[in-house]
Amino acid sequence: MFIVKEIQTAAYLFASILFILSLGGLSSQESAKRGVLYGIVGMIVAILATVLGQGVAGHVYIIGAIAVASVVGLMLARKVEMTSMPQLVAILHSFVGLAAVLVGYGSYLDPKSHELTGAAHTIHLVEVFIGIFIGAITFTGSIIAWGKLDGKVPSKPWSFKGLQTMNLILLLVSTVLGVFFCNAEGTGGMLYLLIMTAIASFVGVVLVMAIGGGDMPVVVSMLNSYSGWAAAAAGFMLGNDLLIVTGALVGSSGAILSMHMCHAMNRSFFSVIFASASLAPKGGEKKAMEGEVTSLNHEEVAGLLKEAKSVVIVPGYGMAVAKAQYPIFDMVQTLRKAGKNVRFAIHPVAGRLPGHMNVLLAEANVPYDIVLEMDEINDDMPNTDVVMVIGANDVVNPAAQDDPGCSIYGMPVIEAWKAEKVIIMKRSMSAGYSGEDNPLFYKPNSEMLYGDAKDSVEKILGFLKG
Amino acid sequence: MKVGIPSEIFPNELRVAATPKTVKRLQKQGFEVYIQHNAGIKANFSDKEFEEAGAKIVQTAADIYSNSDIVLKVKEPSLEEVDMMKEGLVMLSYLWPAQNQPLLQKLADKKVNAIAMDAIPRISRAQKMDVLSSMANIAGYRAVIEGSYYFGRFLNGQITAAGKVEPAKVLVIGAGVAGLAAIGAANSLGAIVRAFDTRKEVAEQIESMGATFLTVEIEEDGATSSGYSKEMSKEFIEAEMKLFLEQAKECDIIITTAQIPGRPAPKLIMDYHVDAMKPGSVIVDLAASTGGNCAYTKNGEIFTTPNGVTIVGKLSQLPAQASQLYGNNLCHLLDDMGKAEKWKIDMEDAVVSRAMVTYNGKINWPPAPLPVSPTAGGKAKVVPPTAEEVKASDAEKSKKESTSMLIRLAVVGVLLLLVGKYAPAEFIQHFTVFILAVFVGWQLITNVAHSLHTPLMAVTNAISGIIVVGGLLQTTDDISNPMTILAFIAILIASINIVGGFVVTHRMLKMFKK
Repeated sequence: MFIVKEIQTAAYLFASILFILSLGGLSSQESAKRGVLYGIVGMIVAILATVLGQGVAGHVYIIGAIAVASVVGLMLARKVEMTSMPQLVAILHSFVGLAAVLVGYGSYLDPKSHELTGAAHTIHLVEVFIGIFIGAITFTGSIIAWGKLDGKVPSKPWSFKGLQTMNLILLLVSTVLGVFFCNAEGTGGMLYLLIMTAIASFVGVVLVMAIGGGDMPVVVSMLNSYSGWAAAAAGFMLGNDLLIVTGALVGSSGAILSMHMCHAMNRSFFSVIFASASLAPKGGEKKAMEGEVTSLNHEEVAGLLKEAKSVVIVPGYGMAVAKAQYPIFDMVQTLRKAGKNVRFAIHPVAGRLPGHMNVLLAEANVPYDIVLEMDEINDDMPNTDVVMVIGANDVVNPAAQDDPGCSIYGMPVIEAWKAEKVIIMKRSMSAGYSGEDNPLFYKPNSEMLYGDAKDSVEKILGFLKG
Repeated sequence: MKVGIPSEIFPNELRVAATPKTVKRLQKQGFEVYIQHNAGIKANFSDKEFEEAGAKIVQTAADIYSNSDIVLKVKEPSLEEVDMMKEGLVMLSYLWPAQNQPLLQKLADKKVNAIAMDAIPRISRAQKMDVLSSMANIAGYRAVIEGSYYFGRFLNGQITAAGKVEPAKVLVIGAGVAGLAAIGAANSLGAIVRAFDTRKEVAEQIESMGATFLTVEIEEDGATSSGYSKEMSKEFIEAEMKLFLEQAKECDIIITTAQIPGRPAPKLIMDYHVDAMKPGSVIVDLAASTGGNCAYTKNGEIFTTPNGVTIVGKLSQLPAQASQLYGNNLCHLLDDMGKAEKWKIDMEDAVVSRAMVTYNGKINWPPAPLPVSPTAGGKAKVVPPTAEEVKASDAEKSKKESTSMLIRLAVVGVLLLLVGKYAPAEFIQHFTVFILAVFVGWQLITNVAHSLHTPLMAVTNAISGIIVVGGLLQTTDDISNPMTILAFIAILIASINIVGGFVVTHRMLKMFKK
């Protein structure tokens, strides 16, 4: 029951449309679930159309592989906790990278591809080469990103002088290898291909190692983009339009997402990727800290909350680490029942993944209409009685606005200090991911509450209810 | 170290220098706390509460003064009280050192190290121990509450079935801590609030509390480096008086808070101002204890003038609240001085050296001046560009942008031409599809909400599993073929990616709800 080439092409076109609709559906909460459904249908159509097409053999192995993978995938996705979502996404990216590498090698070994001649043959070899190169970078880069997010690899940026020069040289070497590879007869270029794969894998490791934990959202979306380009490259080598379209969709969407993130941090894309900004501040004298840090206990914080009319909560990575979103929502409900206006303010780069905080809050059932973006809430800050900063640091750092010597100067931040009272819940006085000291802690209207975010919120909740 | 708290002996003093809450706090700092029998009774704190908080009750003041290392008090001590103090005692209380020279001398003779809480410099670091601010805050609030009690009407405007009620108009003179607190309280009760201050820099603070800033048409700023205002020129005062007269005719409640440290309060509301006010109006004079801002004010009295204006010269202290805040201020100072463990009188410290008015038998007053205060001066003036300049620079920008865009398009065009010349037809076809898809992706994602970035990433991740198609195309029936093995693994991991990605996205989206 093979289907003809024309039907297959039509099916691919249909699948492409479904993928486009799927991404488009994610532009709003209401249509997002439909978007996922489109994606799933599109994927099924694409796989069926391919498997039923002419010239595909080994159906037993295909069905076996898909069956095993489905079980594993289901288990992974069911089991994962929302707080470790970034890790899961990163490791899944590495799978795509690896698959792209394997498909590239497969295509090179495929005798059919060597029947090509002239420019077509050269182009095919270039496609294989580039596909494997991108795939390998995605593979190792994603594994390092996963390690960093999971705490298995230190999240501090690891870098050295001349790193960029080295990367550049490695890129040149790869290009030279590529030239040799294209001139090799038959599968004689295998050695060049292997060396290049090793180089690309190394570049992937170094590239992500040099990026600090705070910049992880950018890296994850960048790797997402790479995995798309890898798929597109595979499409070119196999002459498959579906792969090209889908890969390009994913690639460009990942790229624009990374740019959004960089914009939110007021960093250029290149400075994040090449990790230069975290090494050298942009000049100007660093301001000394003025004032003094004062702290409150849980009961006093509960007292402040009882008296407040309007409360804004600014969550950060610390909330994710402590898994404090559930008690926070309990607290929010208690406060809302008491007639207080409670809202969340989310900075675009809070957390380790774009939109990380929104997902965690949604997990704890926080209705999304009280979860606001930075720009939506900043104007309201002067009318706010209490701001609770829970495990966030750099995103509420006033130095970003008034201290040109600070490495995050110019990054838009949540203006927590404009509120009547700011309570900062933190484990210690240590600096945030940018390594910048935070003058907010020293302001007269801010008070620290030390301790684990979850414990603290639970204790405050106790006093609120009691 | 032992901290002692005696009863206040001054008859009108209801406050006490510690409350059960601050007693707990003192113990946390490592002090042993002794409190005199019934010290807190006038502020509604019983001995029992103090005992429960961990303080020990002592019967006489003499015991407190002779056995403690540190004594906490509210009012300045009487000469008899000083007699009871032991040498080397550290005493914290109000002292008004400028007015109480003989008392300072006596304290110095007894070698008591006295800290005048009212002499704590008003710098940012010392805000948490600034008793003048914390007490002024209470006074400002109380001024509105008591003023409205004597004022026989609503403060807020109402339209009821029984008719319309005009909102009351409140004038606050002096926008220090007390003035601002009064503005806030009056505003939240619904009155129309106006405020006057000679310091221009406070206009913003006044407006932030909800009042209208009144000013005179003379350029003169009353701000000084100490944070208090200076006395103004004759012309200014004349204009000011004229303004007050206009306001007096209109306003229902006037609250005055103007004080100059170490001097009698300035007279701001003259007899003719009071005479011009409507019957039933109220003046609350927070400066009554230093002579009053109003010509008629009698300290400690509340009376009504012949034309029916009530003048309030005394306020309830809210003793429980005031004691709590005052006690906290004391705790902060002790905290700053090293708590019990690392207790140290550091005469290099900017706060301690200025507040410690007698030290080791010597009078340490007046202290060296310490210029502080948030001044508005020194701000560079930014000249906003005119409309034409903006327009011109915009035009230039857009011109530049369009040229660079043209150049870029030309480069892209040339590159595409080259590709078209050398690449085979099939490649061009794929390439077209590729470029169009990139643009579609770009357009799609620009609209995605921030909050959906994680689900978006999970979905694109699942979709990028489309690479599985590559594996599918490469499998053969021969499992020993290396190509098939590679393809098999590729299918396996790509499928994990697809299934995992979609399921996890679905899980996430299920959680988003309104």
